[in-house]
Amino acid sequence: MALLVDKHRPRSLEALSYHHDLSERLKALAESGDFPHLLLYGPSGAGKKTRILCLLKALFGPGAEKIKIDSRVFQTTSNRKLEFNIVSSVYHLEITPSDVGNYDRVVVQELLKEVAQTQQVDLSAKQRFKVVVVNEADGLTRDAQSALRRTMEKYSPNLRLILVANSTGGIIAPIRSRTLLVRVAAPTEEEIEGVLTKVGQKERWRVVEGLNKRIARESGRNLRRALLMFEAVYAQNESDKISEKTLIPPPDWEALIEQIAKEIVEEHTPARILQVRAKLYDLLTHCIPPTTIIRTLAFKLIPKIDDPLKPEVVKWGAFYEHRIKMGSKHIFHLEAFVAKFMRISESFAMGMDFD
Amino acid sequence: MASFFDIKARKAAAAEANSSKTPAKPLVDNRLQPWIEKYRPKYLADVTAQSHTTQILARTLQTTNLPHLLFYGPPGTGKTSTILALCHQLFGPLLFKSRVLELNASDERGIGIVRKKVKDFARQQLSQVPTGRDLEIEGKKMAYQDRYPCPPYKVIILDEADSMTQDAQSALRRTMETYSRLTRFCLVCNYVSRIIDPLASRCSKFRFKSLDSANASNRLQEIAQHEGVRVDSDAIEALIRCSEGDLRRAITFLQSAARLVGALAGTGPVVPTKGKRKKEREEEEEEEREAEGGGDKMDIDADEKLRGDTITASSIEEIAGVIPSPTIESLVSAMQSPKSPGTRFQAVERVVRDMVADGWSANQTVAQLYERVVFDETVSDRQKYKIVSIFSEVDKRLIDGADEWMEMLDLCLRISGILTER
Repeated sequence: MALLVDKHRPRSLEALSYHHDLSERLKALAESGDFPHLLLYGPSGAGKKTRILCLLKALFGPGAEKIKIDSRVFQTTSNRKLEFNIVSSVYHLEITPSDVGNYDRVVVQELLKEVAQTQQVDLSAKQRFKVVVVNEADGLTRDAQSALRRTMEKYSPNLRLILVANSTGGIIAPIRSRTLLVRVAAPTEEEIEGVLTKVGQKERWRVVEGLNKRIARESGRNLRRALLMFEAVYAQNESDKISEKTLIPPPDWEALIEQIAKEIVEEHTPARILQVRAKLYDLLTHCIPPTTIIRTLAFKLIPKIDDPLKPEVVKWGAFYEHRIKMGSKHIFHLEAFVAKFMRISESFAMGMDFD
Repeated sequence: MASFFDIKARKAAAAEANSSKTPAKPLVDNRLQPWIEKYRPKYLADVTAQSHTTQILARTLQTTNLPHLLFYGPPGTGKTSTILALCHQLFGPLLFKSRVLELNASDERGIGIVRKKVKDFARQQLSQVPTGRDLEIEGKKMAYQDRYPCPPYKVIILDEADSMTQDAQSALRRTMETYSRLTRFCLVCNYVSRIIDPLASRCSKFRFKSLDSANASNRLQEIAQHEGVRVDSDAIEALIRCSEGDLRRAITFLQSAARLVGALAGTGPVVPTKGKRKKEREEEEEEEREAEGGGDKMDIDADEKLRGDTITASSIEEIAGVIPSPTIESLVSAMQSPKSPGTRFQAVERVVRDMVADGWSANQTVAQLYERVVFDETVSDRQKYKIVSIFSEVDKRLIDGADEWMEMLDLCLRISGILTER
C-alpha cells in the first residue's frame, strides 16, 4: 500500500489544490510552445516536485509518467569512477547531482551535453526538446553551476532545464538571470486543512475538523509532513476513537530534541553536557542533519526561557549553525551551543556578564 | 531534422493556404530564441553605453591592428557582445568559424585544454580570404574584403576567464607571446583581480562600466517595441531597479514578463517582421470566416484585446523575486514595536516564519531590509553603524551556506534590539 502522500499526489495541473494562478501560468507556458528554463524554489513540502510532474505531463502527455531508473558510471579527470542514478522517461531525465558531492560538475557537463546533442527520438512527441530536472540545484557547486551557464544558452533548441531549489540563495546570479523564477510558497494552514479533509473523505475516514486544524498548525506549513502526521494518527488509533484531542505523535527525533531542551534548561552543569552529548550523538548517527538539530533545539528552548534571553539564543544558534557549515566535525559545534546556552542563562540568572 | 520537417510542413501549408488554420505555428521558431541572443548587438555601434571602449575598438577596425584584449566589468554590461560583434565585423560570416575560437567555462578548461586546444588553434595556418565571392549589399556589388577587413590573424576568446585555474593561466603566458604574430587573445572576465598579473600586463584592458538607467531604458523600450509588447514606464523603472545595471537580466525579466502576459492571454507577442505575413494570413482567414458565416469572429476580437495586456511593475517584481513592500513593512513594524521584548520577539518570529514558508530568499530579504533600514531618516547614525556591521556578518554567513531561517531571525532580532534600545 502506498503512502497517502504518493497515493493522492495530483497528477495533472488542474488537480492541484492550491496556488491556482500559478498552475494556470504553468499550463499556459506548457501550451505556448515557448517554454523557458525554469527555476522552482520554495520550502520543502510546498509541492514543487508535484508541480513539475504535472507540468511534464502537460508538456508531453502520459508518456512522461513511465519512468525507469538507470545507473550510469562517470569517470572524473582523476580517473575515479562515479556511480550515478538517473530517473528517466522517454522525454525527460531527473538527476540529483549533489549525490556525487564535489564531482557534480563532471556529471552535469557530460550528461547534459550528451542529452543536448541528441534530439528527441520520438518524432511524434509533442515537444522538440527534452527536459532535464535537476534536484537540489542550490546544492550544486559553483563549478557545476558555471558549467551550466553556457550549456543552457547553447543547447536551448534541444534541452530545457528545470531546476529545483529550496532557496535562490545558493544559485549563482548568471543562472538566475537565465531562468524564469517560479516561487512555490508553502500552503497556508487553511489550505492544508482543506487537503486533509479531501484526502480523509477519499479514504473514507471519519473527518474530525479540530484534529485537522491541529495537524495543519503543527506541520509548520509543510503539506507532506501534514499528510504523514495525518496518516500516522489514523494508523495508530481506532477510527471511531479519534477525536479532537487525539495525540499527534511527534517524530522520534523531535521528541528527543524536546527532551534535550528540557534537560539543559533544568540544570547547567558539565555533567549534564555529558548526558546530552550521548543524545546528540544519537541524533547524528540517525542522520538528522545538524542544521535541523540546532534549529529545532533553539526553537524548543525559546518557550522555556525568559524574554530577554530569547534573542541571545537565536543569536548563538545562528552563530554555531554557521560554524557547523564551515567546520568539519558537527558534534563540536552542537555541544558548544549547549554549553553556550548554559553559560548565558546562568549569567542572566546571576545578573552579570561573563563575556 | 524536425525543423526541416517543419519547413516542409510550412511550405505545404502555404501551398494550400485555406487549410492553414493554426496561426501561431509559423511564429514558434522565432519566439523560441531568447531575446538576449536575438537582440545581441551585431555591430560595435549597437553596443549600448560603452562608447569609450567601442570607439577605440572601432578604430582598430580601420587599422586592422588589434592588441591582446582584456575586458572586465560586472555581468550584463556587454563584454561578450562587444567582442563577438567586433569579430563579426572583422571577419564576416564566411571566415568567422575558421578564425575565431570561443572557449568558456562550460568547456573543460584546465591546463590540458590550454596546452592542446588553444595551442592547436593558435598554430593553425590562416584560412584563405574568399576572393572570388562578391557580396551584394544594398544593390551594389562588393568584394568580400572590402566589406570585411579580414586582418591576417585569428582571435581566441576566453570567456569567463576568471574561472580558469592559476596553472592554466600561467600556461597561457608563453603561448600568447609565441603565437602573437598570428593570434590575438581576448580575455573576458568579471573580476580583473583573478587574472594573474603576467597575463593582465600582456593585454590592453577595457573596463565595462555598469549601465546607466537612461541607456538601459532606451534599449529596453526598443526591444519592447520590436516585440510588440506594451510596457508602462513604471515597469521599465522596475526592470532597471531589479536588474541593478545588468542589461541581460533586465532583458530576460522583460521576456519572462512578456511570456507571462502573453502566455496568459493564450498568444505570444507579435513579431513585427512577420507582421506583413500575419496580416495577409488574417485577411485570408477573414475571407474564410465570412464564407463560414462569421462564427469565429468573436474569437479573434477577444484575442486582440488580450494581446494588448501591458506589463506592469508588479509583474516584473514578481518575476524578479522582489519581496512586496507590505511584507517588508510588516517586518519592520514588528521589529520596531514599542511593546515588551517578549511580544516583540513573538511578532518578529511570526513574520520571519511566514516569510520563510512563502519561499522568499534570505539574500533578497537582507538586501531589501538594508535599503529600508539604512536609508531610514528616523534611525540615528549611531544605530546605523551598529546595524551595518550586523548586515555584513549575516551576508557573509549566508554566502557560506548557513541556514537561511536562523540567519534571518537572528538578523531581524539583533536589528530590532538596536532599534528599540534607549
